[in-house]
Order: sequence, then C-alpha cells, then structure tokens
Amino acid sequence: MSGAERLRGAFPGDRTALIPYLTAGYPTLEGAARVGEAFLAAGGDVLEIGIPFSDPLADGPTVQDTTTRAIENGADLRYCLDLATRFSDRVPVVFLLYYNTIFARGAERFLDEAAGAGVSGLVIPDLPVDEAADFARMCEMRGVGFCPLIAPTSSDGRVEEAVALATGFVYCVSVAGVTGVREGLPPKAVELLRRVRAKAGVPVALGFGIGSPEDAAEAAAEADGVIIGSKLMRLVGEVGAEGAGEWLRGVREAVGAVEKAGGVDQKLA
Amino acid sequence: MRQKVDNREGYFGAFGGRFVPETLIHALEELEEAYERYRNDPEFNEELDRLARDFVGRPTPLMLAERLTRKWGGANVWFKREDLAHTGAHKINNALGQMLLAERMGKTRIIAETGAGQHGVATATVAALYGRECVVYMGEEDTRRQAPNVLRMKLLGTEVVPVTTGSGTLKAALNEAIRDWVTNVEDTHYIIGTVAGPAPYPRLVRDLQSVIGRELEAQSRERFGGDPDAIVACVGGGSNAIGAFHPFVGREGVRLVGVEAAGRGLDTGEHGASLTGGRPGILHGNLSYVLQNDEGQIREAHSISAGLDYPSVGPEHAYLKDEGLVEYVGATDDEALDAFVLCSRLEGIIPALETSHAIHYAEKVARELGPGKNLVINLSGRGDKDIGVVAEALGMDAREAGEDPS
Repeated sequence: MSGAERLRGAFPGDRTALIPYLTAGYPTLEGAARVGEAFLAAGGDVLEIGIPFSDPLADGPTVQDTTTRAIENGADLRYCLDLATRFSDRVPVVFLLYYNTIFARGAERFLDEAAGAGVSGLVIPDLPVDEAADFARMCEMRGVGFCPLIAPTSSDGRVEEAVALATGFVYCVSVAGVTGVREGLPPKAVELLRRVRAKAGVPVALGFGIGSPEDAAEAAAEADGVIIGSKLMRLVGEVGAEGAGEWLRGVREAVGAVEKAGGVDQKLA
Repeated sequence: MRQKVDNREGYFGAFGGRFVPETLIHALEELEEAYERYRNDPEFNEELDRLARDFVGRPTPLMLAERLTRKWGGANVWFKREDLAHTGAHKINNALGQMLLAERMGKTRIIAETGAGQHGVATATVAALYGRECVVYMGEEDTRRQAPNVLRMKLLGTEVVPVTTGSGTLKAALNEAIRDWVTNVEDTHYIIGTVAGPAPYPRLVRDLQSVIGRELEAQSRERFGGDPDAIVACVGGGSNAIGAFHPFVGREGVRLVGVEAAGRGLDTGEHGASLTGGRPGILHGNLSYVLQNDEGQIREAHSISAGLDYPSVGPEHAYLKDEGLVEYVGATDDEALDAFVLCSRLEGIIPALETSHAIHYAEKVARELGPGKNLVINLSGRGDKDIGVVAEALGMDAREAGEDPS
C-alpha cells in the first residue's frame, strides 16, 4: 500500500478523523516526540508534523513562536525525518512545510527521503495548484499523498483543479487568514466544506482556527477530518505534552459523538 | 530541481511565479484583471499623468554632475533626479499607480511594508490624498534607524506597526504585511513596494517605475543626442533599477549596472547581495535569488541602508542576471558612506544611503568608459532620512561645531 493510500484509508468514513499538528523540534528536540506520543495516545488518526521554516507566512503568532524556537533548538530536516520515522509505522504522518524547504533539497531527493521516513502526505501552504502540477505528479510517482489547500476565496474552477491534483486529502482553510485560534467556526467554513466534498474523490479535512471541542464537533458534522494546530501548540507551551494530550482526548470524545453527514467517497482508495 | 517554467505567465524565464497561500490567489487574479483593464484606459492614464505632474513633480530632471565628472576624470556623470520626486524618492511612482488601481477595485483599506520608510511614506502620502485608511508594517529595528520617516507616516494619518519578529527588518515586515492581507483580503489592497512578491506585482511595479526610464530616454536624446553609454542603479528589491533599465534592456551600446549591498563584505556573509551572494529559492511569493542556508532557511541580510537590507531580489533581476543583460556588482557599507559624503560635498545633494551604493560603483564605470561618454546614475532618493545613521557611523556630533568627518 502506498503512503497516499494509507493516508486516505485513515479517514474511517463513518466518523471524522482527528489530525493533531505538532511543530518538529518544539518545545525541544526530544520533547516533540513526547508531544507526538501524547497525541497518538489521545486518539489522533493522522499526525501532522510541521517542518520549521524561517518565514512561515501562512502561520499566526502561536505557530510562528514554536517554529522559531524549533530552529533555535536545531530542528533540521534530518531531525524532522527521524521524528517522522518514530510515528509512521503506527499512524500516517503528514508533513506541513513551505516550498523552499523542498526546493533547496531538490524535489526528487526530498521525496525519496520523505517516502523513506514513511511520510504519507504533504501539505504545502505556499504551493497553490497553479505552481503544483509538476510536483504533484512527482509525489504521485512515489506514492506520497499531495494535499492541496482550498480557501473560502477559491473559485469553483480552482476547487476542481485542487481536487484533480489531490492524492491524499484536501485541506480546507476555514477562514481567510493565518493559523490561530478563533471564537467559533465561521459560517463560510461549512459552505466551503460542502462545496469541496461535492467534488472531491478524496477525504476533505478542515483546519485553521479550531480551538475547542465544540468547534471540532461542529466541523466534524461536515468534514472527513479535523486538523488542530495552534490550540495544541499553545497548550504544549502552557501545560506540556500530557496536558495537551488530555485536552485532545476531550476533542476526540466530542468528535466521536457526532454523526457525519454523507460518507467519504473513496473513489481513489 | 529545475522547473519547466519558461515563458509561463507570471514568469521571467525560470523566475517569478505565485507562491502564496491559496487565500490570496483570488486577490492576485483580481489585481491582474484590474491592471490589464486599466493600463491602457485613457481616463486612468489621464489621472495618473496629471498627478505625476502636479503632485509628484514629474518629469524629474536629468542633471550633469560637473564636479563629480571632473573628479573622476572619465565619462560625463549625469543624475536622474528621482530624489526630487514628491516624498523624496522614486517610490511614489509605484504607490500612486497602485492607489489608482485600488480605487477602481473598490478596496478601501491600504497596507504596505517598508524598510527605509520611503515606500511607507509614499504609500501614506497617496492614501492621504485619496482619504483611505492605511497601515504600514515596518521592522522595529528600521523604525529606530529611520525615525523621521515613522513620524512622517504618522503625520499623514497612517498607522505604523513595528514588527518584532525575526531581525525586525524588511523581511519580517513583508511577512506581516502578507499575513494582514491574507486576513483582510476582501477590503484591503496591498501596495507592495518593489518588483518582488507574487505575480502580477513584479510586472506591475516595473511598469509603473518605467516612467523613469522613458523620461531618461527622451532627456538623453535632448541633452546629449542619444542613449546613455551606461546606467548605474542600486538594487535591493530592485524597483528603481528596473524602472531606469527597462526601456534599455538588450539595447546595444547601453551598459546596465545594478549595485547590490555588499554590507561588511561578501566574504563575511553579512550583506544584502542576493544576486551575487545567493542562489535560487522561494521567498515572499516568488522564485528568485535568495540568501539562504543549505536547508533553505532564509538568512538575515545586512546593509547600512535599510532599503537594501533584504535577502532576496525581484525575479526579473534574477532573469536579467542569468541572461547576462545586466551586470550585478556590490558596494560595501564603507564604500557607500564615502560616496554619500562625496556626493554631498561635491554636488550639494545628500543622496540616500541606498543610492550611495550606486554612486560608489559609478566611479569605476565612468573611468572605464572614459571622457566623452555619458553615464547616468539613477539618483533614486534623497538622504535626509539617513543623516542620523551616517552621523553615528562617521562619529559626527551636531554639538561640536567645525568637525570634519572626511
């Protein structure tokens, strides 16, 4: 089974997958592994690992602070790949990273290394579909899932382009903005999820701004997966890995109680 | 990896593109459509030309720098006087044009980033002219280095947001401006200050700055009966250089020289010379030459001039470099300081520290060309904003009368 297939299979169909995010190298190189363990123990279905970049322009202050710390801690790409290896035999691991990290390594070499570390998918916030065609094909050849982002401002035409390139899942951005916790789920998020799920042959996950079990449950009614990042990174800083894991367990319960609208259309699975 | 990108829309050869979060794509498409619609619109151009004349003071003069010419003993040295444009630099050419587009797109809030503060002041100025809300992001370190420009922006009614992330310079200010735009994209237009950023900005800003080159072309014919033999301009992001070079690119007999900030020296690693000291990479929405480490982490640039303190450069410059159409060279902090004093003393013009890099290197070019030839320095801005930094570097003190720094 390819990484991409395995990633798609981690969305169970009848319930919503939980996708916690952690910044590799935060709060420390070893501490990040403990964060990952706590997230798995709390019921994470997919682990999203952020590769620190000096200029993360899609990220709000919370995640920026963690990536700055991680770079100071010495979280280089080798370390990030090793971190992925520690989890990828248990859950699908997805990298969230900026395109210059891939470009600097060389796309082919990067993909070989990522596949070697068992990475199942890639989310690249600064690689919109117009620039992604060649790279997405390279991902497909190596069985690494390409996970394009879709925003509330995306036209129907762009949704179609993104869906056509997606081999992992489609990452819906809940709001126009950067990552970070917000009050409640914006109404446009639900509309966007419905718009994308009507077209997508792969699972559709929602991220950006989900900060409470209630938000997650609301999203779970419409999404195949829920991605939680800033809130968890804030909790890791405030109460540590176990505290963040405890909170995530509450989200797991809230999401588990929700009956999801529609099933995943596993055309590609 | 080498992408197959030649001749694609939004690219200059292999460089350029649109590497931004999906949320912004719609706004970039909207901007591109608006630009295509209005660039040849008579009413738009009438308004732009009228304000360029009455508000900005265009055309800016072409002046023979007689004492510099004599001192260097080479080609005739001419200054294209962008320092005389309203607000004291070429930046207003772009800010004004984009403001007119923002009005036509119905965007009521304006944001910008700034390094030296010249683009921030230019944007604050046009926002005041049109009565629009304006927010300018500026690195905290730069607000200190360029305090007079912060006060100017505030007086014009603009909110200046000091950015504390990273080195607190232009790179961090750009990140913050992009984050603001992603968040407020519906009612906000981002007036980017240079020929960088995602498509269509590099082309849009180039076209708006090309007024410099078009005027220069006509003035050269009138003053010395033909094209200049060389044009020298400083390059940070590269908007004044592209503006001056654009009509002359590929024209036989016109040597084009872009001068980057070599900071404390290219071999020290502390510089802002992306083209001569960097390699291709992606930053702030486009593929160009970037200062970065092996893993693609962006390095902090260094220059004594805030406007050149940037670890990348506009993608068209990357293309012009690789095609050999423009020579790119460097001048150090110290060399720029010397040129700053020289120009002030010999020509009675205090140039911007950015511009001083070009003045330094122009001496070499003028000598190589020899007497009877014509060299134009794009005098991109005035240096009043820099007197604090220069005084500190030279150990001048206003309270000690009669001190001579040279």
